[in-house]
Amino acid sequence: MIKKETGISFNLVSRQKLNSFSSVEKLNYILKEVKDGRILVLEQGLTATEQTTLIKHTMKEIDHDTFIGIEMGGYGEEKTSFFQRVFGIIKKPRMTVIGPAHLLKMVHKSNDMIETTIIPGRGAK
Amino acid sequence: MGLFNIFRRRKFSSIIQKIFGKKHAKIGIYGPPNVGKTTLANRILRDWTGDIMGSVSEIPHETRRAKWKTNIKIDNGGSSLVMDLVDTPGITTKIDFKEFMNTYGLSKEESRMRAKEATEGVIESIRWLEDIDGVVLVMDATQDPFTQVNVTIIGNLEARDLPILIAANKIDAEDASPATLKSAFPQHPVVPISALTGYNTEKLYNTMVKRFGKKRHKRKRR
Repeated sequence: MIKKETGISFNLVSRQKLNSFSSVEKLNYILKEVKDGRILVLEQGLTATEQTTLIKHTMKEIDHDTFIGIEMGGYGEEKTSFFQRVFGIIKKPRMTVIGPAHLLKMVHKSNDMIETTIIPGRGAK
Repeated sequence: MGLFNIFRRRKFSSIIQKIFGKKHAKIGIYGPPNVGKTTLANRILRDWTGDIMGSVSEIPHETRRAKWKTNIKIDNGGSSLVMDLVDTPGITTKIDFKEFMNTYGLSKEESRMRAKEATEGVIESIRWLEDIDGVVLVMDATQDPFTQVNVTIIGNLEARDLPILIAANKIDAEDASPATLKSAFPQHPVVPISALTGYNTEKLYNTMVKRFGKKRHKRKRR
């Protein structure tokens, strides 16, 4: 029998996988994974509107005993040029890290660096 | 969406409004918990109507339901702004009832109730974003401004093309650093204030009239 590892799951999710989801599916996927105790690094992050919706969904899922919410950190969306805007090219969200708030803590965030720490002693389920 | 499509969606009447300015706007006071949103709302109301918006507390999530007052007139020399002011509950990504117990000494029952109401308050704040014309985003000038909540709110408002004014609050505190806020969000006006003492609120009012007195067009959410 293989002994199950009890470390913290840290999943790097590719842009292709995220693009295969609709916006609703993507948020459901993220919230389910995070509620299961996994920390996700999204190669392509969420738009500001998706982030707001994720916060709203998170608030509905908080049960105060097992899930107290999420910790999230991402870079701002890429700036688009005048010509890109003329042709309707939308800004692309950049890399984002999301995890359960009881496991992941944002230490510092700037334009170029997101510094996080994992709260010890709280392995994934 | 391209500029051509945006232009096509605009009606003639709204173009006229844009030229001549909007004199009545619904303004939301937004920000993370405990940055002084209600203190600022009380300051604005006291200065212009003699009323107050709600109670304040050092315990986070004191405001757990949005409150609003209508027809508040702010004068700025020759121009003025009539606004409906909405004081919203603090937006956050996490709420731990144990923090209310361990840090602020609330009972378990009070803490759980406060946390539950706070989650509902966050949802209500986000819903209000659909219905406002501009935002005074309150930030604590003593704290790191690059929080995800600040970035998310700003990104959301930028996507809708809504005007933002950042109030760098608690400037009376010794470790306040409004310059950090200004450099963090250079694309938006930042006014250092103390909502508690009233420091620099004249400048805030002047900027509000200039910033929110113009009609903007809300974009549909992407």
